[in-house]
Amino acid sequence: MSFSSAARLVALNLPRSSWILSRGTKTLASLNRLSNPSKDLIRKRDLTSCNVVQPLRSENKVTVNFINRDGEKITVKASPGDTLLDVVVQQDLDFDGYGACEGTLACSTCHLIFEEETYKQLGPISDEEMDMLDLAYGLTDTSRLGCQICLTNALDGMTVRVPESSADIRQSDGSA
Amino acid sequence: MCLALSRLSECGIMRNIKRSFMPLSRLLQASTCPAALSSSARRLVSGCASSPKVCIVGGGAAGFYTAQHLLKARSDMVVDIYERLPVPFGLVRFGVAPDHPEVKNVINTFTQTAQHERCSFFGNVGVGMDISVEELKNAYHAVVLSYGADGNRSMRVSGESLEGVFSARDFVGWYNGLPSNQELCPDLSCETAVVLGQGNVALDVARILLSPLDYLKKTDITEQALQSLKASRVNRVLIVGRRGPLQIACTIKEVREMINLPETKADMLPSDFEGIAEVLKGLPRPRKRLTELMLMTLKVNEGGQNTCKRWGFRFLRSPVEVLPDADGKKVAGIRLAVNKLEGSGEEARALPTGQTQDVECGLLISSIGYKSLPLDPTVPFDPRTFTVPNNMGRVLHTAGLYCSGWVKRGPTGVIATTMNDSFETARTLLKDAASGTLDLSVYKAGAQEITALLKTRGVRAVSFSEWEKINSEEVRRGEALGKPREKVLDVKEMLEVAWS
Repeated sequence: MSFSSAARLVALNLPRSSWILSRGTKTLASLNRLSNPSKDLIRKRDLTSCNVVQPLRSENKVTVNFINRDGEKITVKASPGDTLLDVVVQQDLDFDGYGACEGTLACSTCHLIFEEETYKQLGPISDEEMDMLDLAYGLTDTSRLGCQICLTNALDGMTVRVPESSADIRQSDGSA
Repeated sequence: MCLALSRLSECGIMRNIKRSFMPLSRLLQASTCPAALSSSARRLVSGCASSPKVCIVGGGAAGFYTAQHLLKARSDMVVDIYERLPVPFGLVRFGVAPDHPEVKNVINTFTQTAQHERCSFFGNVGVGMDISVEELKNAYHAVVLSYGADGNRSMRVSGESLEGVFSARDFVGWYNGLPSNQELCPDLSCETAVVLGQGNVALDVARILLSPLDYLKKTDITEQALQSLKASRVNRVLIVGRRGPLQIACTIKEVREMINLPETKADMLPSDFEGIAEVLKGLPRPRKRLTELMLMTLKVNEGGQNTCKRWGFRFLRSPVEVLPDADGKKVAGIRLAVNKLEGSGEEARALPTGQTQDVECGLLISSIGYKSLPLDPTVPFDPRTFTVPNNMGRVLHTAGLYCSGWVKRGPTGVIATTMNDSFETARTLLKDAASGTLDLSVYKAGAQEITALLKTRGVRAVSFSEWEKINSEEVRRGEALGKPREKVLDVKEMLEVAWS
């Protein structure tokens, strides 16, 4: 990682609610959100892919359909400007191990597969994201990392698939 | 700014964890224990005969991910994690490079697991030393071995014990504050360092040796290592592999980091890449992009006058002999066998041509891989693969014994690999519990029994909240130095802080 991108990636390192062991209710997730305004301030510094920053309490919502690893469809409403990783965390979607590095481009566990038409709208992809995607299991031509995709109104109604979580193909000798 | 933000968000995480550590109600929804209606009732349940008790040997990534899955899947499961050191997180703390703080974010998840009501952490307890696997098996319904790969693969060449020759494990442990490696005192007064092996650990070592100090001093690298690196005269690192560019073991992120190192230039041999551009087209995407990136370093000469440091891959070379200096005490170079490839692609083999080449170096770091060691004579161990023989995490021929992480599949892969692998072991264990293969009907005393045994042996465990005291102290010391943390380097001092 270049040093400039290091700074950028750290800026992506957002506080998050307890969601791994817990599947909190929507109410609690939103409480967490409201009680954590610094999160939105920090996101504005993110230059990776979020060029839409909505007001904190915007009523404007986007519908996102997730197909989980069991093939079930989960439909949620989310705010433009949020990344898909944010949506998974805030809505407590139970995708085991999703987003291990917390959106810092250090793993590929937030890998998602898009429909071709949606994929075309997603905007540019950085070398660093490509590098991590190269290590994702079940990589497709329309794969992206959820932490790098910011919701926009244009993406309303999209469907994304969570790939099977088989072993990471990355072969190394132990560093991470 | 980047560090300030990082710290800010770290505090945010800690606050969030405390505030939102509420989801007992949610966990109870899947409860199979009828008494589990309130958190006070839950405490009773934890101790009741029906609660399955599992212990995990090793508090690294594999242990924590296994625990996480078990706790989440069954709301009556009690999970205890035993760790030899007073501090948790294994290689996430002692292996991950200090300039990769983002990888260490997994610690936040591990912390949530450890703080879970049905999970306990017992640091400072050595399984195989303070307590035996047999005793754990008596006290728990199941034992999961997640103790990693503590040994090194040896180069098996003469001169390996000369001064200035280190294993990458020890070198990494030294700059990452592993207590047993603090006497390493590497002499960095030479100009050329050779790293044998081309995996990501090799690149971590090369990067740490060549990184600007201004950058490293903002990481959690130990102050001691920082001072040594400050005095370092190493300005050239050669990263040597036995096979060719198309077989290199590191991943693209690590190569890109090397290329992006300021005031540092790639020093490759164009002849190593002859014919490589022609085969790019047929390669799978990851291999193709990695190879293209290496080829790029041949063209770009971003030199300039500031570049005083160099790094480069050297291919088709295997160590033959470490060459001593005139006194016969210290490394002066390495004799390498020149190889050729037999076959092609990932499976290509390196064969010696009979030629050799000597490379001068004052520092030699062998990064050719780790290996797991047998823990206890009662535990099956395959001395050929250095793993515990298992079927999807179920240790063969040994009821109630499971394994996850490197001891299960060998020392390769990144955290995501260990995560998936640990989830698999947890699923296997749960399946065995559901089918009755793993008998949960008998009463097991769990930690109560082990704690009593440890007491008779004069062993006192470090709890997770006691680790948090060490953590706070490290963060406090780090703040004074403008670092995320300054690690405590000595087990005795860790214990003093923990029990203060």
